Amino acid sequence: MSGDGIRLLTPEGERVPHPDYPFDPAPEELRALYRDMALARRVDAEGVTLQRQGELGLWPSLLGQEAAQVGSVRALREGDRVFPSYREHAVALGRGVDPLALMRLFRGVDHGAWDPDAHDFHLYTLVIGSQTLHATGYACGMAKDGADAAVIAYFGDGATSQGDVSEAFNFAAVWDAPIVFFCQNNQWAISEPNERQTRVPLHQRAQGFGFPGVRVDGNDVLAVQAVTRAALDHARSGRGPFLIEAFTYRMGAHTTSDDPSRYRDAAEVESWRAKDPLLRLERLLRREGAADDAFFAEVAVAGEALAARVREGVRAMASPAPEEMFDHVYAEAHAGVDRERAAFAAYQASFAEEG
Amino acid sequence: MAATRMTLVAALNEALRSVLASDPKTLVMGEDVGRLGGVFRVTDGLQKDFGEGRVMDTPLAESGIVGTAIGLALRGYRPIVEIQFDGFVFPGYDQIVTQLAKMHARSRGRVRLPVVIRIPYGGGIGAVEHHSESPEALFAHVAGVRVMSPATPSDAYWMLREAVRCDDPVIFFEPKRRYYDKGEVDVDPAAGERQPPAHTARVVRPGRDLTLAAYGPMVRTCLDAAEVAAEEGHDLEVVDLRSISPVDFATVERSVRRTGRLVVAHEAPVFFGAGAEIAAHVAEHCFYHLSAPVLRVGAYHTPYPPSRLEEEYLPGIDRVLDAVDQALAH
Ligand SMILES: Cc1ncc(C[n+]2csc(CCOP(=O)(O)OP(=O)(O)O)c2C)c(N)n1
Ligand SMILES: [Mg+2]
Repeated sequence: MSGDGIRLLTPEGERVPHPDYPFDPAPEELRALYRDMALARRVDAEGVTLQRQGELGLWPSLLGQEAAQVGSVRALREGDRVFPSYREHAVALGRGVDPLALMRLFRGVDHGAWDPDAHDFHLYTLVIGSQTLHATGYACGMAKDGADAAVIAYFGDGATSQGDVSEAFNFAAVWDAPIVFFCQNNQWAISEPNERQTRVPLHQRAQGFGFPGVRVDGNDVLAVQAVTRAALDHARSGRGPFLIEAFTYRMGAHTTSDDPSRYRDAAEVESWRAKDPLLRLERLLRREGAADDAFFAEVAVAGEALAARVREGVRAMASPAPEEMFDHVYAEAHAGVDRERAAFAAYQASFAEEG
Repeated sequence: MAATRMTLVAALNEALRSVLASDPKTLVMGEDVGRLGGVFRVTDGLQKDFGEGRVMDTPLAESGIVGTAIGLALRGYRPIVEIQFDGFVFPGYDQIVTQLAKMHARSRGRVRLPVVIRIPYGGGIGAVEHHSESPEALFAHVAGVRVMSPATPSDAYWMLREAVRCDDPVIFFEPKRRYYDKGEVDVDPAAGERQPPAHTARVVRPGRDLTLAAYGPMVRTCLDAAEVAAEEGHDLEVVDLRSISPVDFATVERSVRRTGRLVVAHEAPVFFGAGAEIAAHVAEHCFYHLSAPVLRVGAYHTPYPPSRLEEEYLPGIDRVLDAVDQALAH
């Protein structure tokens, strides 16, 4: 195993078989993986642009993490449940969440109001690490129900420092919960590099809690899919949790509010550019004659069309009516909210009277 | 030394710089406070000048940050903790409420915990969830921690210095939407002698007709409202409370006894907010001086809404003036 983890595809696009993770996707599957990654990258770039243009308040870019996200979401079966952090845009798309639903959150129109049940994709969680406990509880519930399904919880390298994440590891282990902890180690938590968060490689944390953990090359979509599939099988078969550390890199800023030139070297970023997840799959596709120029051109066109739809959709996105903030605070009537809603309406109406 | 014009962020940075330079026991710790200088740059350049031993990037864990700050304080250090945003203090809330706040009383005064917890708070910056909250009442309700919030660069500088000097834990709420407001700051020690103690309120605009009491980001809103009211012939007094625990009730009472009317404003929800405490106190102690009920202006009993609605959610000049009109109508 290289320092980058289990690998089925080299940066040069050559296959390297792995005895534990046999995986030989058909050409159309390879093309689908490429397409998913390319479309996610294009939507992500549009998010950055729209933020620059003032259409979004913020955008956390997934650039560089496409393989980790697409490979893992493609390993899921229907009925498996995803608990994302806030950067899992490619996972969201893989679960059929409309990119505009993500944009609504970052435009400040809602807090991420897609239907978690419709997509088996929970809401984004911005408080670092919290969702790993929800995911563990959900997985426990699945096991109690006898469901033939598993949960996958996404979080970052920085998140592993939070107490919640260690608690989730332990609860999941003690309960044999059917959950895959999927840590995207993108090397940075805003300005803090891995060494500020951990003294051991993150996948080794699992051992101390009593379940398996592996590092996978997070920029190798084939390895990610193969390892995640095996981990989900492990969880579904009642053998408890599994930790995957997807070793990858945050190519962009932490978010559009961040300026990484203050804390990391351009040379480091460059060294990771050579491991680009899309480029290596493109090399494989071309090498094996599984895709030609026409295919890549067609994907690019589809990406532009999707980006245009996102752009127009965001620009046309109206702000909610102000009184909507009083909706859904509670599931049942609450006199305090009702009183304030009425006072707010009267206050708003007073402006209308004044004209 | 003459006063210099600087932003509130720069004033905080200067205050940290001065305490790090003068007291070797002070430490700055938090997420991204080192190389990056904090997401708002409040700690900019401090690690470069004072080293990684004094300005420490911590692992990403607020309970860990507050808990280890307590341990460092037990060992004689004076940690100044940065919480990155208001909504992210809660993993550390247990340590604050059950440990930091109670240690002095539990030990019958033997153990002092001079920990400062700096929290950028409040909305109005178009941020996503958990980045715009005003949780001060959740801390003011806890006996054992002091809670304060400066409104100007000068107060930011002097109050933070005093918070660090204080032997009690201090939750220091920084009005993030005023971070880039500029003001005169006189960092001369002689100017320090002239500063009112951080636990006192200050009349920042004298007036006869009504008292507006506020703190942090709402002080400027209230001053702006007072300007508008003046054009309509109403002379409003604005009191900057500065400290939320303790509240300088004496200054508020003195003002209300003269004006006979009080409106309390904060960004936090009105329901069980700081305004309720002040209104109750004034009702108890100034009842016969009041010409109108005490009114409160603040946010609603809803989660902080998506940013496109925050203008309607947060109390602005209009809502303050609406309450002023109601009080003056009596
Ligand atoms: C409890 C909490 N503390 C602090 C923050 C501020 N914050 C947002 S993202 C982040 C870094 C997260 O790093 P990592 O877990 O590696 O995920 P990445 O952003 O790299 O995807 C921090 C400190 C937060 N969102 N929640
Ligand atoms: Mg990270």
